[in-house]
Amino acid sequence: MMAARLPLAALSTAFVLLAATCSGAEAQKTYDTGASDSEIRIGNIMPYSGPASGYGVIGKTEAAYFAMVNAEGGINGRKIKFISYDDAYSPPKTVEQARKLVESNEVLLIFNSLGTAANGAIQKYMNTKKVPQLFVASGASKWNDPANFPWTMGWQPSYQDEARVYAKFIMKEKPEAKVGVLFQNDDFGKDYLKGLKNGFGDKAAMIVLEESYETSESAIDNHVVKLKAAGADTLITIATPKFTAQAIKKAAEIGWQPLHIVSNVSASVGGVLQPAGFENAQGILSASYLKDGSDPQWDHDAGMMKFLAFLQKYEPDANKLDGAVVFGYAAAQTLAKVLQMCGDDLTRANVMKQAASLKGVELDTLLPGITVNTSATDFAPIKQLRMMRFKGQKWELFGDIISADLGH
Amino acid sequence: MSAAEEVVTEGQAVEAVPKRAMTLGYGTSLVVLVALIITPLLVKNFIIFQMTMLLIYGLAVLALNILTGGSGQFSLGQSAFYAVGAYTSAILMEHANMNYALTLPIAGIICFGFGYLFGKPALRLSGVYLALATFALATAMPQLLKLGFFEHWTGGVQGLVVTKPDAPFGLPMSQDMWLYYFTLVITIGIYLASVNLLRSRSGRAFMAIRDNEIAASAMGVDVALYKTLAFGVSAGITGVAGGLGAIAVQFVAPDGYTITLAISLFLGMVVGGVGWLPGSIVGSAFIIFVPNIAEGISKGLSGAVFGVLLFLVIFLVPHGARQVAIVATQLFGKLKKN
Repeated sequence: MMAARLPLAALSTAFVLLAATCSGAEAQKTYDTGASDSEIRIGNIMPYSGPASGYGVIGKTEAAYFAMVNAEGGINGRKIKFISYDDAYSPPKTVEQARKLVESNEVLLIFNSLGTAANGAIQKYMNTKKVPQLFVASGASKWNDPANFPWTMGWQPSYQDEARVYAKFIMKEKPEAKVGVLFQNDDFGKDYLKGLKNGFGDKAAMIVLEESYETSESAIDNHVVKLKAAGADTLITIATPKFTAQAIKKAAEIGWQPLHIVSNVSASVGGVLQPAGFENAQGILSASYLKDGSDPQWDHDAGMMKFLAFLQKYEPDANKLDGAVVFGYAAAQTLAKVLQMCGDDLTRANVMKQAASLKGVELDTLLPGITVNTSATDFAPIKQLRMMRFKGQKWELFGDIISADLGH
Repeated sequence: MSAAEEVVTEGQAVEAVPKRAMTLGYGTSLVVLVALIITPLLVKNFIIFQMTMLLIYGLAVLALNILTGGSGQFSLGQSAFYAVGAYTSAILMEHANMNYALTLPIAGIICFGFGYLFGKPALRLSGVYLALATFALATAMPQLLKLGFFEHWTGGVQGLVVTKPDAPFGLPMSQDMWLYYFTLVITIGIYLASVNLLRSRSGRAFMAIRDNEIAASAMGVDVALYKTLAFGVSAGITGVAGGLGAIAVQFVAPDGYTITLAISLFLGMVVGGVGWLPGSIVGSAFIIFVPNIAEGISKGLSGAVFGVLLFLVIFLVPHGARQVAIVATQLFGKLKKN
């Protein structure tokens, strides 16, 4: 690992030296492919068609955001050319589109490409080519691996981070809890479970039962019953929306009222809690990091007002209640910030360097108090979440911001 | 009414194509070949990569063409054979450290066996029923690949990353260019073998079955054997294409081999002309480039634009590229006379 890290460090030192020697005579402007005095070309890959086309709105919001940036004069005088392609959520197509962006459109970097498998397919290629694969739109924790993949960086809190937040919350609020975990038996569920155990640390014995289910099962009722029988008084459900709704319903049916935490993926009011029945969902907990467009408490929030003004002018047909819109806006804002920090040194190496030096950056649609932080060894920009409780027909945030870092 | 009678009265699903009309003339073949050899020297690596994919999907469409155009059986399950081929190559390369070139024949043989075995029960089905059975195979495959039981080898949902081979013997060639020529040689080999197969005794048996199963069996053709054989050959070629695809894309994941791929291949076959082998490459070009064109016209409506383009093709030239080629030949002949 060290060996892999050293050449990079040496390289960046050499680079800094080089940049230092070049300066002086004239204000230096250094460019890699994809950047010039007048424009910066940014690539993006989204599933505009196919099974995950619902996420396509993220790409549209980002395109609209950069249209706003350009209308306001661009970044350090350069216009952003945002080139977004469709991969239909199929990894071979993602490879084709990534190669097209890098080799044919000659973009400076690929930003916020969506999907775990899709990004996995291009990760090696991007790192061999030394083109930034910046702010990947996927919750897998593997994007935070600067030693092996110095050109790939995540953005949103990873599943593991979210799980650590739950572990911390439980240890603080209910130290005697007997935790039952219901998880989906795939990479999503296992990533979460790993984070949970990691978060509990030497108190992992608090978990009395880990119960997995397969996505091919039609109902998961028996698993819920089993967890109750194991004597759990706290239930963590790591499942996709359909199964989460089933778990909530089943627990109510058998008269079990544990402290129930559901993953952020399945925290949708319309998609999960309503089908499960609002009366069954009272008091359920989850965590969030973005502001909710339907929550009236943000009506007079400066950041949210900026966001709404942006929607009105640049993306009038977007739905402000759609979490993907809020997500795309925040991701695009992060990239704009990084490019701004790059100044006139628009090389790929400097883009990664600046992206790895974000300190306490606030974004308009992030919850107040949650900031973006990275370093040369930390490629996970957002690691904080805030707990929320379902009350009546909506989520209510409570408590402090919880960081996924284990130290503090 | 017996099942056999049903088949007869059902009407012919696939139009009879005489075997001579299945290939190109020597002159045209030579021109196409020269173009395929020279173009990569003049274009960027990305275009070379696209051309490699063109050949790979071309092979997969060719395989389907032998099955449908040759023996008259439908399949919507080609993506499953493609996936098995891709995973075979990827697993052998990454877990057994085998040379990429050696993995391809293995992928082909495994898929041949797989296709042959699947062809056995499928024999009892015909027409739309067979299409549905193969459809089931295509739907099941991505989920099978995700199974925890195989996860150690397949990498589960995350898939497997495949290392791209360098050009051997220190040839001054980029990886992409080497892989292209490698693919080209395999494609030409398989193409020639397929042409020969269809011109051989077995090929005539395929076509006899396609044109009239009962008549064929009356003439002494072992219908069961040749039907399963067609399935096996088709699956084997698809497997080789899948293996090449895995090497070119450098990645295999279950999501890459869904039913959408099977339908694309089917589409490629129809657009290229059912039963016309050179059309496979045209069909392959259609499924690779037309979605990109559609996306260029409208991002939000790319699916709809693709649909309109497809509709136009089917409406204007229902026999696909073959029809275009015939019209072109006739025009050329007229010009010559004048």
